[in-house]
Amino acid sequence: MIKVLNDKCTGCRLCLKACPFAAITIVEKKAVIDLSKCTLCGACVESCKFKAIELKKTVGVKKDLSAYRDVWVFCEQHKGKIQSISWELLGEARKLADTLQVKVAGVLIGSNVADEAAQVIERGADEVYVVDQHELEHYLDEPYTNILIELINERKPEIVLCGATTLGRSLVARVAVKINAGLTADCTGLDIDLKDRSLLQTRPAFGGNIMATIVTPNHRPQMATVRHKVMKEAVAVPGRKGNIIQRRFEGKFCASRTTLLNMVEEVEQTVNLCEADIIVTGGRGVGCPENFKIIRELALSLDGAVGASRAAVDADWIPYSHQVGQTGKTVCPKIYIACGVSGQIQHLIGMQSSDIIIAINKDPDAPIFNVATYGVVGDLFEIVPLLAKKFRELRKKA
Amino acid sequence: MDIIVCIKQVPNSADVKIDPKTNTLMREGVESIINPFDTYAIEEGVRLRERFGGKVTVISMGPPQAQTALREAVSLGCDEAVLISDRAFAGSDTWATSYTLAQAIRKIGRYDLIICGKQASDGDTAQVGPGIAMHLDLPQITYVKKIEEIKDGKARVERLVEEGYEIRETPLPCLFTVVKEINVPRLPSLKGKMKAKSIVIPVWGAKDLNCEPQKIGLEGSPTKVVKVFSPPPRKGGAKLVGEPHDVVEKLVDLLKGDLLPG
Repeated sequence: MIKVLNDKCTGCRLCLKACPFAAITIVEKKAVIDLSKCTLCGACVESCKFKAIELKKTVGVKKDLSAYRDVWVFCEQHKGKIQSISWELLGEARKLADTLQVKVAGVLIGSNVADEAAQVIERGADEVYVVDQHELEHYLDEPYTNILIELINERKPEIVLCGATTLGRSLVARVAVKINAGLTADCTGLDIDLKDRSLLQTRPAFGGNIMATIVTPNHRPQMATVRHKVMKEAVAVPGRKGNIIQRRFEGKFCASRTTLLNMVEEVEQTVNLCEADIIVTGGRGVGCPENFKIIRELALSLDGAVGASRAAVDADWIPYSHQVGQTGKTVCPKIYIACGVSGQIQHLIGMQSSDIIIAINKDPDAPIFNVATYGVVGDLFEIVPLLAKKFRELRKKA
Repeated sequence: MDIIVCIKQVPNSADVKIDPKTNTLMREGVESIINPFDTYAIEEGVRLRERFGGKVTVISMGPPQAQTALREAVSLGCDEAVLISDRAFAGSDTWATSYTLAQAIRKIGRYDLIICGKQASDGDTAQVGPGIAMHLDLPQITYVKKIEEIKDGKARVERLVEEGYEIRETPLPCLFTVVKEINVPRLPSLKGKMKAKSIVIPVWGAKDLNCEPQKIGLEGSPTKVVKVFSPPPRKGGAKLVGEPHDVVEKLVDLLKGDLLPG
């Protein structure tokens, strides 16, 4: 599988530094790989200047994948309305399809959704498969999985993209297992290697501390999920033409063992954290639940959402649904304003890919300043209300 | 009620540091912990056993050292533990991992409920739970935040979604992935610690699980990592100090362009 060629290894330690898993040590001036730690990721092979590490990946018989064509987007809808993540995926799908010189197709499953299909075309799809049945109104794992599998088996797309939402993550993991497809979660970059038409999927791991590029050499379709706000929305071109293909699925396809009894919408979550362009987060420095009022007001002045650090949630100042960080939500808004948040690594993991980070903190040495685009050293109780006032004035003028 | 809890051993991300010179991950001396999300799965499994009887079996796929995570799970109340470990499993992606875990669950045989954390903190994929359910052809409910009732072979649960939560019902056996909101994990008990020390943890390999060789490890993984690299670290920018009014003025000026289109 993986081995060090001792006659070529010079003990230069380059592989030692390249290994993300600390699996390599130098023993008597030769690299030694601890196989219990090695994940065969190949980072060391690339780093070696002497071609002294050999990684044999048994690919088996190369399958004929030429029957697979086109780029698909699973268009997530909620209450019959297509979610904006789908527009982001369509924008990306169009780029990939143009490189591959194939079509883009949308898959739209739901109830009373047929009218929405035209929008999918306007946003760049050439075809839309519409499955519009009353029993598919709400997402249920089994029917949605059955239908998507059936469509994929029938039409053989080479790439299927889906949002990394609670729905998307629950759905495509089942689909990929059943059809033996490769699935890569939370891609932040997608590209095509025209040499073999493969999809280069780049994603963060360890909370963004390392990046990995992943391919699916011998299986089709190549499936990937993409987080919200990572890709740019496709611009709608009114009147754009395409094919709308209506499909019906009966009987066993629509059978579901689990049932949805009720949906409870929480008022506090009027602005979905993961979808927000601007997030204002309060941390330990906010001090008590009542003080979250000024955080909310700042968020309101910017039409943003309210986030919280784990410290604030654990102290019961604000519900868990607001928590940003490793055990909460991962967000990447355009502007992230951290108020009284010290910036523990667990918090940074959840927000460090935001475009602009503003930190407001009394402690000039708080780690949050290491990632902040703009750091304000000062008292949040003075700064935050002033900021809210200024933003309100600014927006009134505009 | 027989419950299987799946856990993963991960590096404690709080300890992971970046070497500023080489811009690579420094993992020497990094402590291994139970994936934080899996601690809620363990706690929920133990609570259900306390209510309904039966037993909780905790399983983990990983290198031999993952048995420390299993022992910790036993100290937290799990009854039995199995380590799924074999060189042949190295390089598994989520497809091969969920297949291997499903094979182990088949071998255990009797279960009413499988509980996983919603995702692992190192890979963040959230794909293995639903993958196991599919391999076993089980219904699943992801992002469970509360188990409301278990009665007559059915469970009614609350499932966290972007807009709030749903109430779903499922027949058992079923697979749940759980979120942090579901409980507050307990600390290990003295009795649990004693048991964790003495418990014999069987190790199951590819042969024990009757795994098809083309479905495990690197070969059984449709996805392959071709490149691993460190992104340029994010750098802190300007620090604004001074009178609150001046600072706010400056900040609003800097942000104007981003806040107002055009």
